[in-house]
Amino acid sequence: MLTLVFASLSRRAALAAAGAALAAGLALGGPAAHAGERFITVASTTSTANSGLFDHLLPKFEAKTGVEVRVVAVGTGQAIRLARNGDADVLFVHHKPSEEAFVADGFGVERFDVMYNDFVLVGPKHDPAGVAGTDGVDAALRAIATAQAPFASRGDDSGTHKREVSLWKAAGVETDGAWRRETGSGMGATLNTAVGMGAYAMTDRATWLAFENKGDYRIVSEGDAKLFNQYGVIAVSKETFGHVKQDLAQQFVDWLISPEGQKLIAGYKRGGEQLFFPNAGGQS
Amino acid sequence: MILQDWDGAFAMTPFRDAFGEAVRLLATGDEKLYEIVALSLQVSLSAVVIAALIGLPLAALIAIARFPGRGAVIAVMNALLGLPPVVVGLVVYLTLSRAGPLGDLGLLFTPTAMVVAQSILVTPIVAAIAHRTLEDFHAEYAEEFACFRMSRLEIAWTLLVEARLSLATALAAGFGRAVAEVGAVMIVGGNIDGVTRVMTTAIALETSKGDLALALGLGVVLLGIALTINAVAFALRGLAARHAGEVGSEARPVRAGRVR
Repeated sequence: MLTLVFASLSRRAALAAAGAALAAGLALGGPAAHAGERFITVASTTSTANSGLFDHLLPKFEAKTGVEVRVVAVGTGQAIRLARNGDADVLFVHHKPSEEAFVADGFGVERFDVMYNDFVLVGPKHDPAGVAGTDGVDAALRAIATAQAPFASRGDDSGTHKREVSLWKAAGVETDGAWRRETGSGMGATLNTAVGMGAYAMTDRATWLAFENKGDYRIVSEGDAKLFNQYGVIAVSKETFGHVKQDLAQQFVDWLISPEGQKLIAGYKRGGEQLFFPNAGGQS
Repeated sequence: MILQDWDGAFAMTPFRDAFGEAVRLLATGDEKLYEIVALSLQVSLSAVVIAALIGLPLAALIAIARFPGRGAVIAVMNALLGLPPVVVGLVVYLTLSRAGPLGDLGLLFTPTAMVVAQSILVTPIVAAIAHRTLEDFHAEYAEEFACFRMSRLEIAWTLLVEARLSLATALAAGFGRAVAEVGAVMIVGGNIDGVTRVMTTAIALETSKGDLALALGLGVVLLGIALTINAVAFALRGLAARHAGEVGSEARPVRAGRVR
């Protein structure tokens, strides 16, 4: 009889209800719940995160202050956009003009120099464009363009990409050729592509030193003052975004530029080489 | 020349090392790995459950009812199957961003945001596949339903219950899509260590660090999980086929007898 059907239906309904309850538990429980309010979100670049610097610094800051630091590592351009939308409490990137504009537009409290390293040009060992013999980055880029040797560009509006574009311009090179290919992806992905297709590429030294898929690649040009790479840090202003944790953010910024933070940055090494050089205090 | 470069760059070692990495990761009980796997499962299973709660009733409704705009609903549902995860991620990001309409909830860069994005991605898959299954069942039992003058709600419920084992396929397909996608969770989760890092974003991260063996090792672990889930779904479908075999060809009389 139908009643029989409905009797079995209700048993199944109970099962379904149990399933739904489980689902609610799945959706609501978990890591989001234990977060609390003592955390800040840092919008930063792939170079600082992929090089392992944050893994080296953050546990010490968290142990000292009890403030959890959550890093979203993207290109500088995207990091700035995240912060301009109010989705980050701290901005830690490497493109000074954009950083200054960020503060001038009222999104940031104040910009501080934190550290620097430099960009390098990398290429295959056999160096088809003969870049290794050139003097200075202008000559190096011209050698690549003259040889029409493949060059892998980030093409993603990141700090590294912006610098690369301005370096081509400074070298007076037209970059419309098919030899310069934009990958539209992060530093690591671009290096993988470059190594895969035998192209030259420009990278920050920290990412390069920490990169583990170098193949037969090596640095072909370095040391030019134009390759200087300054990192800056800014607490996002709560006057623009009421929800921003400006006090905790500033605490993190102050710690980074304090003697303790600076010393830790100087102490971070990969394969015996120092990756970032602290220079808080503006003596850049 | 190209082959030579290829050999140099992607020498076979990552392939060889990947399985070693996978075994090492699992064997050493790498706590971080388990955390990442657990979050992947939590997020993707939640998304599938939500997709089921929305998609299955929707599929039943479309299978049973004839209403104006039904064709359009089916067309939209099928079109959404091709939704790129990055686009879903972007839309959810713009919605949950502090500058967006739901920004005050503060959900961006949380696992909840990832569940939301994956639910949107997976619901059309569950609904579309379930719709096909339920329509077959409905066609088979249409006479009985008419005979007993069951309400649409009763028909829908009966269909979902009777087809439950076959529907496991729809849920498994949805889960596969959810657990394998990287575009949406990367944008709305942010790949934050210990908070929103899942299998796929971890793989993307290790690839960008150039640690291809570890990335591939994680991929092997992910594949293992997907295989397990699908084996379960396959077993359920086998069960469903046997069930259909028993009542299927001779279905009408047997089934009608049971209901009567």
